[in-house]
Order: sequence, then C-alpha cells, then structure tokens
Amino acid sequence: MSEAIMIRDAVCSFCGCLCDDINVEVEDGKVSRVRHACRLGSSKIMGHGRMQNPMIRKDGVLVAASFPEAYDRAAEILLAASKPLLYGWASTSCEAAKKGILLAEEVGGVLDSTATVCHGPSVIGIEEKGLPGATLGQVKNRADTIVFWGCNPAEAHPRHSLRYSSNSCGKFTPQGREGRKIIVVDVRETRTSKNADKFMRIVPGSDYEVISALRMLIAGKGEILPDEVGGVQKADLADIAATLKSARFGAIFFGLGITHSRGRYKNIDNALSLVAELNSHTKFVIMPMRGHYNVGGIGQVLAWSSGYPMSVDFTRGAPYFNPGETAACDLLAKRDVDAALIIAADAVSNFPHATAEGLASIPVIQIDPYENPTTILSDVVIPCAIAGVEVEGTAYRMDGLALRLRKLVDSSLPSDEEILAGILESVHKLRQRKANEGA
Amino acid sequence: MIIRGGIVYDPANGIYGDEMDLFIDKGRMVESAKGEEIDARGLLVMPGGVDAHSHIAGKKVNTGRIMRPDDARLGTQPRTAVCRPSTGYTVPNCYAMGYRYARMGYTTAFEAATPILEARHTHEELEEIPIIDKGALTLFGNNWQVMECVRDKDLSKLAAYVAWGLCSARGYGVKIVNPGGGEAWGFGTNVKGINDAVPNFDVTPAEIIRGLAEANEMLRLPHSIHLHFNNLGKPGNYTTAIETLDMLKDIKPSRMRQVVHVAHMQFSAYGGTSWRDFESKAPVIADYFNCHSHATMDMGQLLFGSATTMTADAPLEYGNARLTHNKWSNHDIELEESSGVVPMAYFRKMLVNAVQWAIGLELALLVKDPWKVLMTTDHPNGSPFVNYPEVITLLMSRPKREAEMATLHDQVPKRTTLGSIEREMDWTDIAIMTRAAPARILGLEDKGHLGPGADGDVSVYDLRPEEVDTSQDHVLVKKSLATAKYTIKGGVVVSKEGQILATPPGRTFWVDAAVPQLEADRLMVDLEEKFARYYSVQMANYAVQDAYLPHGKAILAGLPILSEVA
Amino acid sequence: MATMISGRTLAQGAGCESKMSPDFFKAVSVCHLSENDFKSLGLSEGRNVLIKNDYGQVVLTAKMDGGLPDSMVFIPMGPWANAIVGMETGGCGTPHFKGLEVDVAATDSPVLNIRELISGMGACCHV
Repeated sequence: MSEAIMIRDAVCSFCGCLCDDINVEVEDGKVSRVRHACRLGSSKIMGHGRMQNPMIRKDGVLVAASFPEAYDRAAEILLAASKPLLYGWASTSCEAAKKGILLAEEVGGVLDSTATVCHGPSVIGIEEKGLPGATLGQVKNRADTIVFWGCNPAEAHPRHSLRYSSNSCGKFTPQGREGRKIIVVDVRETRTSKNADKFMRIVPGSDYEVISALRMLIAGKGEILPDEVGGVQKADLADIAATLKSARFGAIFFGLGITHSRGRYKNIDNALSLVAELNSHTKFVIMPMRGHYNVGGIGQVLAWSSGYPMSVDFTRGAPYFNPGETAACDLLAKRDVDAALIIAADAVSNFPHATAEGLASIPVIQIDPYENPTTILSDVVIPCAIAGVEVEGTAYRMDGLALRLRKLVDSSLPSDEEILAGILESVHKLRQRKANEGA
Repeated sequence: MIIRGGIVYDPANGIYGDEMDLFIDKGRMVESAKGEEIDARGLLVMPGGVDAHSHIAGKKVNTGRIMRPDDARLGTQPRTAVCRPSTGYTVPNCYAMGYRYARMGYTTAFEAATPILEARHTHEELEEIPIIDKGALTLFGNNWQVMECVRDKDLSKLAAYVAWGLCSARGYGVKIVNPGGGEAWGFGTNVKGINDAVPNFDVTPAEIIRGLAEANEMLRLPHSIHLHFNNLGKPGNYTTAIETLDMLKDIKPSRMRQVVHVAHMQFSAYGGTSWRDFESKAPVIADYFNCHSHATMDMGQLLFGSATTMTADAPLEYGNARLTHNKWSNHDIELEESSGVVPMAYFRKMLVNAVQWAIGLELALLVKDPWKVLMTTDHPNGSPFVNYPEVITLLMSRPKREAEMATLHDQVPKRTTLGSIEREMDWTDIAIMTRAAPARILGLEDKGHLGPGADGDVSVYDLRPEEVDTSQDHVLVKKSLATAKYTIKGGVVVSKEGQILATPPGRTFWVDAAVPQLEADRLMVDLEEKFARYYSVQMANYAVQDAYLPHGKAILAGLPILSEVA
Repeated sequence: MATMISGRTLAQGAGCESKMSPDFFKAVSVCHLSENDFKSLGLSEGRNVLIKNDYGQVVLTAKMDGGLPDSMVFIPMGPWANAIVGMETGGCGTPHFKGLEVDVAATDSPVLNIRELISGMGACCHV
C-alpha cells in the first residue's frame, strides 16, 4: 500500500464553472477522495463504470476490436461519406478539438458542438449585438446586483454562487450575500429562486416581451406599457427596472430558459441590448451559463481556426457557417449527413428523437468514456481517457478564461487527442493506398 | 542559401541600396555559404518585415471573430496541400494571419496587448499562427498590484511584480493602456487626464506610467514601456500626449533605446474641442518628437474601409459603439484590465475620418528621423495589416496623396497640413520604419537587419529600385509590396509570388527577468493575499505553463545578480 | 393541456455519465407536476403519466413539485423529454426544448427503460 498523494488545486472538468480549487487524494493510482468539488464534479473525478475496449459492429452486434482496427474502420466510414458530421466536443480538451478540426478539414465534414442545442442562440445573439461581459472575478469583487434569468445554478452550477456570484466575497463586496440583491427570473420556482431577494415568475415563452418591457422602463418610456407583460404586473416590472438601474455593478447570468424557449436567439439579442442600454446608466455585464466544462473551449478553438465558433461546414474546403442549415440538428433533421462521429457528447440522448433517428440509418463512430444511448446506435465505439482526470489539456471557463486541466491518475486508454490522431493517420494511410491503387 | 545580386536595404548596418549577395546558413545570416540560389538580381531586398504593434492573438481578437461572422466570410480561401483554410479580413483566422504576413514579406509580428490572466489563450492562438516569429506585450496599467506598489512608492516590489507578471504571461514587454481608466471602467467610469486620481486606488495615471517606466528600466527590459495614452480618440487630446511624454523625459533608459514607445500616435494627435472643430495637431506632436529623443511612436494609420476596433481602452470602445450604434463587446478582467471590441468603418466623405487619415501620414512625414516612427495601422483598428502597402505608397508618393486628398471631404485641407508636405519617403526610410526601427525599438537584436548572426529572414520584392520612380509609379510599387517575390524565414523560402510553400512554426519570444529573491518573497505576500481573497482562480493555476510555448524563446533580463568576488 | 419545460437537475447531472444505470433511469424518466395538477389528474406516488403532443409521446413516473405553477410540467433533460420535442430549429439550429404544449393524462402503461426507448426510435435496428 503506497502513501496517498494529495493533489491540490486540480481543475474540475464537469461544468462551465471550471472550479480550480479541487483537492484530490490518489492512492494506488486511483482517486480515493475529492474535496471542495460539488456532487457533479466529485462524481466525475471519483469515477464510475466505463467502457474499456473499442468495439466494431459486425452483423448487428458490437464486438471487441483493437484500437488500430477501430481507427481504420472509423477512417473508412469518414472517407466513404460525402458529408460526415463531427459532433460534440464539449467535454473534452482543446487539444482534442484541434485534432478534430484537422480531421473535419481532411475528410470534408461538418464540425459542430453541443452549443447548438444549448447556447447556440447566445452565439447568434452575440453576432447581432456583441457581448458586454467580464471575468467571473469582476462579479465576485464588484457586483451588488445579480440576476439569474432562465437558469438554475443551484442544480446546474452548484458552486457558482459561492465562488463567483451571490455568496462570494470580494474587494468591493466584503459583505457577500448580505450586500447583494439577487433577482431570479423563471417560469417556476427552483432551488435558485428560493434564495432570491426577488423572484419574478413569467409566463413561459414571454421572455422577449418582459425584456422589452424592462428596456422601455429603463429608457423612461414605461407609460406605453400595458398593465401586465408576460404575466408580470407593471408595478413589479418597474420595481425590477429600478433595482437594475440603481445597481453599482449589475450582472445578468442566463441559461437555457431563454435559449430554448420561444424566441431563442432573439431573446438573447434582446437581453444583450438590455445590458448595453443599462451601461448608459450604470455598470452592467452579462454572461451565459455554459453547461459543459469545455463547450466554451471548442467555440474558441473553432473560431480561431475557421472564423466561426460552431456549425462549420468544411465540405467544400473553405469554412461555411449558417446555423439553421449547418447545425447538427438541421443536418440530421434533413437527413443531410451520411456518417457521424460523436465525441464527448451524447447526441442520441440530447437531440429530439426524430432528429436523433437520423443517426440510426447512417454509420456512427462514438468516442466517449461512458456507454450511453449513442453507443446503442454506434458502429464503431472507442473508449477514451478522461481529460482533467487522466489527461492534461486546456479548457475554457464560462467567462472565457483558459485553464490547464491536470492529470491525476494514469490510464491505459488513449486520450481523445491520441484517438483522433490515430484516425487521422488511418485516413492518410487509406488515401495513400487508394492513390497507389489508382496509379 | 544565397540571395544573388539584390539591391539591399539594411539601414541598421549602413547599407542603403547596395547591390550585394546575401548568405544564409542554418537559419542565420552569414558571411558566406553555399546552397539554394535565389535570383534577386536588380530586385529590392530587405530584412523580413517586423510588425511591432498588431492585434493578432488572444481573447479580444477571438471575440472579434465570434461577433463578426460577416467579416469571416470575406477573404475565404479553401485548404490546399500546404495551407489550412483562410477566412476573415479585419479578423482573420490564425492561419490566414501567418500566410498573409508572409506573403507580404513580413516575418515577425507582436501582439500588442495581453492581460496576464488570459495569456494562456493568447499563446494558444500564437502557436496556431504559422511561419512568423511572435511575441506578446503584457498589460500592466490597470493592475491592482501595480497601483498598490505605485501608491506605496515601492519601486523594487513593482519591478519584482513586473518580472513575475511577464514570466506568468510569458510576455515580452510592458504595455500600458489608458492607465487607471481601465480600473475606473470596472465601475463604468474613466479617468480624464494623467493627474486624475483613479477611484479607490489613490494613484494617478501619471504615477502609474512613471512607476512602470522606472521599473522597466530597473529590470533592463529589451523594450521600453509601450504606452496607449489616456484620452485616446478625443478631440484636443494632443495635450495629454505632450504632457505625458514630457513627464517621462528625465528617465534614463537602461539600454540604447527610447524610454517610451507611443502606440498608434495618430489617435492621440487630435486638436479641436469637439468633432465639429476637429483638426490635426500632428505638427505639434511631430515637433515634440523632433526635439526630444526619449520617445518613439508607431503611426496607427487609418485607412478607408472596414476595420474592427479592439483595445484595452474599454471606455473608448463603449463610446465607439454608442457613436455608431454598433454591436459592442466588453470584457473586464479581474484585478488587471478592461477591453472592448466594436466593428468600425471609415469613410472618405466623413470629415473626421478623412482628417484622421491625414494625421497618420502627417506624423510620419513631419518627424524627421525615420528611426522614431514605425509604419503600422494598429491592425485591425485603423485597417487590416494586408493594407500596409497602401500606407507605404502614400508615404513614398506625393502625387498619390494628392489624388487621394482630392476624393476626400472638402474641409480636409483646412484641418490638416498634409497637402503642403512635399516629403516623399525613399526605400531607406521604409526599410527603417518597417524593419530596422521596429526591431531596435522592441530590442530584438537578431531581427530587422541582415548582418552576420541575424535571423535569416529576408524579403525580396519584384521591383527594381534603381529603375522604379516610387513617386510616380506608386500603383506598381503597391502591387509589388503586397506580394513578395520571395519571403525567406530562417533560411527557408516560405512564400513565392504569393504562394505559400512551407509553414514552419515560428518562435514566441518572451522575457525572463531576474529579481533578487528578497523582493520576490516580499511580493509573494501580497500576491498570496490577492489570490486568496480576490482572484477567481488559484495561484497554482494562474501562470502560463511550458506546454503552451513549444517554440518559446526566453530573452533574459533583470537586475544583475551580485556574485561573490573571489 | 399543459406547457412542458425540460431542463437540468442535480440528479440528472450526477447521472449523465451513467445513462444506462438504474439511478439515471430513476432521476430522469420523471415528470414533475404542481400539487393541484397532481391531484386533479388522480395521481399518487408511484403512478405514471402519459405526455403527448404532435411530435410523440412518452410515459414517465409522476412526481409532485410545489414550485411549479398549474398547467406546467417539468421533465429533466434527456432521452425521455426528447420524445416530445420536434425537429424544427426555427432557422437557428437549436430545437425548441422548452415551452411546448402537451397533453397530460394518468396512465398505467409502464415507463420504457432506456434501451426500449432508443430501440423505439424510427428505423433503428440495432437493439
């Protein structure tokens, strides 16, 4: 029995908080204890059941295969396809993303991330209006007024309020929670709303109108508003508007409540406009609550590589971007892809059934540590080492800050980056072989 | 490699258009060598271009890309056997950045401003930019630790922090942008002048600038402080420029160089009291530079057409957005800085833009010594770098300037003296302003010249300097400068007649400055408190790790370490 | 008629790396209803509801949630919720996951486990 190793300040690779104060005890090459992480991060770092061997589907059944065989079969699938989709990326490192983009370019595919079922509308909103934001430490040190709109950090980003927002203490916010006004806007009460100073319940799908109403009030044009907007009384709206306007430093955090509801990207466009307008009265920032720990990262890497942060079509050799046409759900809904590589995401679980059905009739390659519904539809399954636990790498926090994930324990499995490199090598090999045959 | 018979301009070594052969061996200029022969007979040959101020990598740049898919659609080029795809005009993707600089004959470019906390991102992007050598300047002007040291007049702790900050960010030099104003912007305000106290911090911008200048010289850094003035972009701001420069003139440089390099001087050479009576004060500024030797500048030339403004001067960007009703991104960085990104377009018929265009040129033409003026557009704030040939030909050709001025708003001649300037720059001037001077100003000893030991970075243009009239034939000159006949990087032909032939990775220069352990320990007490109480990350995860600089090159600097005398 | 919202929960997040497990099944194949709706549909602990709309239908275990307003149901995001989300992306690439109109009725039909749920998807022939 060897001595336990204590690793301090490890970075959690679960949600967009990217907490980097995690202390991990490792004994006999396994994680034995995790401190400071929330339930979600602890569970990930402690580890649980996962796949150990690559598999290739033969006669309808997944049978064990070697990594080289899996890489070759994956390469065959991708090369045979005229328009393969390479989707996911949110729960792996930037280093893997770089290889993935190279692969998408090489095979002429469409590369998209889970943003398109999450904060894709936020990206589109940002393309319309820009993003008036800041790092999380600015909120911690300065914010006296915080709004959570259409998000529930108590369940989705458990340590957010303590580390960065409601309950954090900073240079200009030494009183922490007591010195702050917390406003929650949602269609129902949640664990987050229970800790709010003000809870504004709105009618589902009325976010756009309510934001517009607030903008009117803030611009001093409240008299044109009806008595009720989105189920909220005008007096209550006026109260919220006044609170926002009188903030010393306000921050709006928003989530899937507005990206997934009626209006989608228009809601974000409006929220960004609201914050831009608030800046003529006081200091205000806004930030999307990115769900997965590195959905921000794939967006950054894809943007600096191709010019666009998601839904990039490389089929013609030059990047082409048009969400509504080139996003994963569009392509599958129209049955416009003829192969798919799903990595670090579970498309079958998280897409509408009719959309995911598009995967049932095409060859699918899965790269993931864990068996999940996508495995059921996959033709090649490649298990990988976990970034942040078994592999070092880079990830981007919800505010755009890049951190380096640690390696805590060894793994016999290859990293996503190595797997993609293996597939790339097979692609080159196969191409060379075809070229030689043609000669 | 032998570059045969070129008409060589190597001002740093006193060569002004001599016909000579050049030799490269193992990536460096040598007295003699064998190998591949490049026929440059009669053609213009210069060291590879050095861009000392450009926004090429990091969060701001990527924010520009993400918010401007409209820009990405321009300049789209598909993948080739050698090249990754290119996209973007004002905010190119990383690959386009490298290929386009190389095609123009540039071989080194420096990112103008990086916050320490987000330097990891900058290095990820720099690594993705092929071919060119790079570096990144590190922002210090709104930093809490800096302001506290300045307030306490603790110069040695300040120097220790600058060294620590440069190491953590793997940065090359000290960048200061709207000092104090970036911190004020944390609560939505700004500073109005260099003696305006920074809210909550009990220091003035003047004190911050002086403190950092002194620390910079104490550490013997290769580059001087690199300064973006307070009040940038405001009518009448030329007084802030003069005031600030004057405040620094007694500081002794620790190396053979300037004490302060002014970023994009054009944006701070404004007269008038509002946009209505806006006018050029370039003559006053140029006069100051002519009478003093402690300062250098880069032009920050504005060109008509599309641009993306991106700067750590966040209040300025907010102002830009409100003025033009445009989309606006803002990003404040805890304990350190602020920044903003706003798309922009400049128009000939808009009087203010036309005068701004004239100011940049006036400055360059009125400052007598070309060693004090770098040719830049503050890419992409004034214009994308691919338009450098336009700026160069404007400097070299009065007829071209006159033709341009005839298309501008008719009030322009009343607001600027450009029309009366006869000076036309020659190849020596241009070689200085785009090669020799940027290298010297940055303190890059092996760049910007072709003497033995220099990096083997050479550009050959399809232009016969002995035959071409650069005043009359400016169309030909511009065309030739846009696409080098050969761009040689480290002794490898990377670009030939616009075709990228090779994409070797470039190196990233950064400065590793030593300070006495005692000072480093004193500093650590402050930093530990800041990380424990204010930062949203742990100190252990803060600094840029080795993994991000696979092609890093550390330049040593710092306080000399006293050693025992035997 | 009710409005369906799907979204994250702690239990769903904690189980999202073990989607084939009984814990995930228990955490995610549920439908939360307000106290009034729960009672007026004649539901009790352990009973199921059938959620149905033009896009599909799904049987879920019914649960009471005091934070929900009447005529609103909450289903944790995942494979069960997505049975009733349509393909359209409104021209922006993102499906409409929240705010869908659904019919809700008590049912004795069983909740499909994850393999049954996936195998029921269209032309899938693998399971």
